[in-house]
Amino acid sequence: MSTWIDVSALDAIPRRGARVVKTALGCVAVFRTAEDSVHALDNRCPHKGGPLAEGIVHGASVTCPLHNWVFSLETGLAQGADEGRVATYPARVEGGRVLLDAAFLRGRVAAE
Amino acid sequence: MKQKLIVIGAGMASGRVLEHLVEQAPEAYDITLFNGEPRGNYNRIMLSPVLSGDKTYDEIVTHDDAWYADHGITCRFGERVAGIDRAARTVTAPGGEVLSYDKLLLGTGSNPFIIPLPGHDLQGVIAYRDLEDTERMMTMDAGKRVVVIGGGLLGLEAAAGMAARGAEVTVVHIMGHLMERQLDESAGFLLRRALEDKGITVRCQANSKQILGQDGHVRALQLDDGTELPCDLLVMAVGIRPNVALGADAGLAVGRGIHVDDQMVTSDPDVLAVGECVEHDGAVFGLVAPLYDQAKVAAATLLGQQAAFVQKELSTKLKVTGCDLFSAGDFAEGEGREDIVFRDPARGVYRRLVIEKDVIVGAVMYGDTADSNWFFGLIRDKTDIAEMRDTVIFGPAFQGGAPLDPMAAVAALPRDAEICGCNGVCKGQIEDAILGGATDLGGVRAVTKASGSCGTCTGLVEQVLAVTLGDEFVIPAAQGICGCCDMTHEDVRRMIKSQRLTSMPAVWQACDWKTPDGCHVCRPALNYYLLADWPLEYADDPQSRFINERKHANIQKDGTFSVVPRMWGGITTPDELRAIADAADKYAVPTVKVTGGQRIDLLGVKGEDLPAIWKDLNDAGMVSGYAYSKGLRTVKTCVGTDHCRFGTQDSTGLGIKLEKILHGAWTPHKLKLAVSGCPRNCAEATCKDIGVVCVDSGFQVSIGGAAGMDVKETELLISVPTEQEAIDVIRAVTQLYRENARYLHRIYKWMALVGLDWIKERIEDPTERAALIERFEVSQSIYRHDPWAEHVTKQADTYQPLANLSLEAAE
Ligand SMILES: Cc1cc2nc3c(=O)[nH]c(=O)nc-3n(C[C@H](O)[C@H](O)[C@H](O)COP(=O)(O)OP(=O)(O)OC[C@H]3O[C@@H](n4cnc5c(N)ncnc54)[C@H](O)[C@@H]3O)c2cc1C
Ligand code: SF4
Ligand code: FES
Repeated sequence: MSTWIDVSALDAIPRRGARVVKTALGCVAVFRTAEDSVHALDNRCPHKGGPLAEGIVHGASVTCPLHNWVFSLETGLAQGADEGRVATYPARVEGGRVLLDAAFLRGRVAAE
Repeated sequence: MKQKLIVIGAGMASGRVLEHLVEQAPEAYDITLFNGEPRGNYNRIMLSPVLSGDKTYDEIVTHDDAWYADHGITCRFGERVAGIDRAARTVTAPGGEVLSYDKLLLGTGSNPFIIPLPGHDLQGVIAYRDLEDTERMMTMDAGKRVVVIGGGLLGLEAAAGMAARGAEVTVVHIMGHLMERQLDESAGFLLRRALEDKGITVRCQANSKQILGQDGHVRALQLDDGTELPCDLLVMAVGIRPNVALGADAGLAVGRGIHVDDQMVTSDPDVLAVGECVEHDGAVFGLVAPLYDQAKVAAATLLGQQAAFVQKELSTKLKVTGCDLFSAGDFAEGEGREDIVFRDPARGVYRRLVIEKDVIVGAVMYGDTADSNWFFGLIRDKTDIAEMRDTVIFGPAFQGGAPLDPMAAVAALPRDAEICGCNGVCKGQIEDAILGGATDLGGVRAVTKASGSCGTCTGLVEQVLAVTLGDEFVIPAAQGICGCCDMTHEDVRRMIKSQRLTSMPAVWQACDWKTPDGCHVCRPALNYYLLADWPLEYADDPQSRFINERKHANIQKDGTFSVVPRMWGGITTPDELRAIADAADKYAVPTVKVTGGQRIDLLGVKGEDLPAIWKDLNDAGMVSGYAYSKGLRTVKTCVGTDHCRFGTQDSTGLGIKLEKILHGAWTPHKLKLAVSGCPRNCAEATCKDIGVVCVDSGFQVSIGGAAGMDVKETELLISVPTEQEAIDVIRAVTQLYRENARYLHRIYKWMALVGLDWIKERIEDPTERAALIERFEVSQSIYRHDPWAEHVTKQADTYQPLANLSLEAAE
């Protein structure tokens, strides 16, 4: 069962940008694309731990600020020649608010 | 004794005659050159790029003072010849002075036609013909209203040029569609749509009735139907008339133009004429290609050689960026004529061929003109196309099974095939330039001007190079900006300027980006270009900046940041040092380091703490050190006269001044300066982007140093006597670098591309220097500020997490 929790207004995240949500298990980056879709990913690049929320968002991808690996916001998969994956979490926008699935965020404990 | 040659008119045609003459027989004539315009030969067809801002006047001068002097030509510019006495073989200058000639050459061009509408003599009603007209139009910028009468080649280039400057432009055209002499309706429609996309209003089938004025100045154009189109300037571009007055008064045979035979000789054997003022075999001329042929013949005739002028088919291209248009031959409908039409509305491509008895007699292409030379060749050579009729419209790639090797096609072109339409350069000239030692595109451009204008023929020129040089030449793969766009940085910059693109979506659209919103490579570059070119209109986009610039701090490998307060010229005070120490304690900064640029770096600050530590430092009087930016970093200084026994000038003082003036200026890459008080150079000024070494006689400003991935010594830009001049030069060269360099190129890389001499020329020219400084200050009026203070007050919360779900997740 999903338990959607309201984390903020959509407008608190810049278009083509991201903000982080703190959890007990590290930060989750919540991205907003040019088209106003939101995506939640672990805020840790699998390469050397770069904070993805600080990267440049283009299309439905983000470029890690440390060494420019590019990840799909939809699948979390590294693009191009690089290999790696970032965990993704259900996120959606409703009435101008950003909702994350708390159950999933909690589920990370089991996965890790 | 040398014969005397008088040339009347320093136009494009006579200019060519002079070139041929001095090249082949420099001793043959004593030459005097008159020109009505107060200047010598320039490339008139390039006035349009000057108008749109793609070129400067200096770049289109074809013969400068030095050239005339070197060839011993006596110049009488600004003097309109008053009369010719053929019996006495003399010419009367406007002042009444009489000069005798052995041979006379007329190249008086044509007069723009002004429709004698009521009000045509009001101020602000002009034609489009010379530099004065162009300069007049260049004053039409944002907010000005302009009406252009005439939807032909010239009118549209005028309209596009002024629209590019931000003017509100309306084109009034009497016919049903634009450029009706070159285009058919469909192509005219596509052209109209493209112009409307540039913000130009087009009114076809509009008949002008009168020009309305106020206090002697134009106020509006009134149409037949009563509509009034208000305007600050009215440009008439409705046609030209050969300028025959002088010839006719002298009793030469004149029809529509001055009659000439195949040798370009008029009805008087000692008088020749070339260019738009002549009529040859019933035809008059309005494009440069045939004039250049005439020029060659006239030169030969003057040297007693055999040559004959032959009329050829002509083709036209429109020099408006973003409107790819080509037309050649005759495409009027008629008995026995058939059309082949190809359309691809989605791509905005249109092609039409007119065929008569299996020969193409006319071609119109819009949107994709890559094959235009091939079609033009078919028209000119009257090739029988019966065999390829079914596929001819698809172009050369589709003929005869395997696509034609483009190299073979270029190799097969005759020497007189036109390669560069703008500058009228044919294949033979390019080959000659190559044999003369030009081994790359730049070299060919410098000698022939081919591909130096709109650039659409760059590929062809490279192919000619490849064919002529064989293995010695490797076609450089033009590096696109990134995977999102095939255009080079330079081309994109040119588009931004010429098309007045002031937003990122506009650039994506106009330059055909393949991605919806770019990527981390192109977006920061575009953001920079827009910022540099339109400091007043463009709003910086933080989301297109790398994290360091977005958060005004350097990101470190563990995701923490470093904070560097500015210390002007490297000078600090105990109070500042105390404040820095306090901040380091308060925010548990693990590392405090003195940087290579004489500043103090607080390393390891947590992202959330940034606004707070900035605020503390701000409160102590310090501002952002921009240690993270592609912009001015630091001005390093030595101690100079204040303390040093060798110092010749106040190097620290100058360093502080420079830093205060330059801080906040965004540049293509980081910008580091240093000022040393004497040639001992303790501030290491000779490995900085811009270095100043003070000497007894003043200040040596040098540029292009580096001590990073490459180690480079600066090269001397200029030596100036006063501090103020040193500051001016540095502002100017910084602006020149901002306006021209590719993103992420340090000054030394940019210098390697454009050459130090080019930079020197710009900086040494007092008008250019002043203009650069002015533009620099305009931009600095917006960007010389402290980003820390702004973020502390307006967006400190964005540095905090969006939400804290620590409890939630731990449940
Ligand atoms: C804005 C613009 C864009 C153009 N674009 C193109 C293009 O893209 N392609 C193309 O093929 N063509 C183009 N043309 C046309 C091309 O410029 C002309 O065909 C060409 O310049 C004509 O050359 P000319 O030597 O005959 O005359 P001009 O270049 O006009 O020179 C004639 C000179 O003679 C001088 N003169 C006249 N009478 C006297 C006198 N009594 N005493 C002394 N001097 C006198 C005039 O002041 C003038 O400077 C364009 C023209 C303009 C105005
Ligand atoms: S560069 Fe010259 S003036 Fe400056 S500190 Fe060194 S010796 Fe002294
Ligand atoms: S840490 Fe993300 S690319 Fe290296």
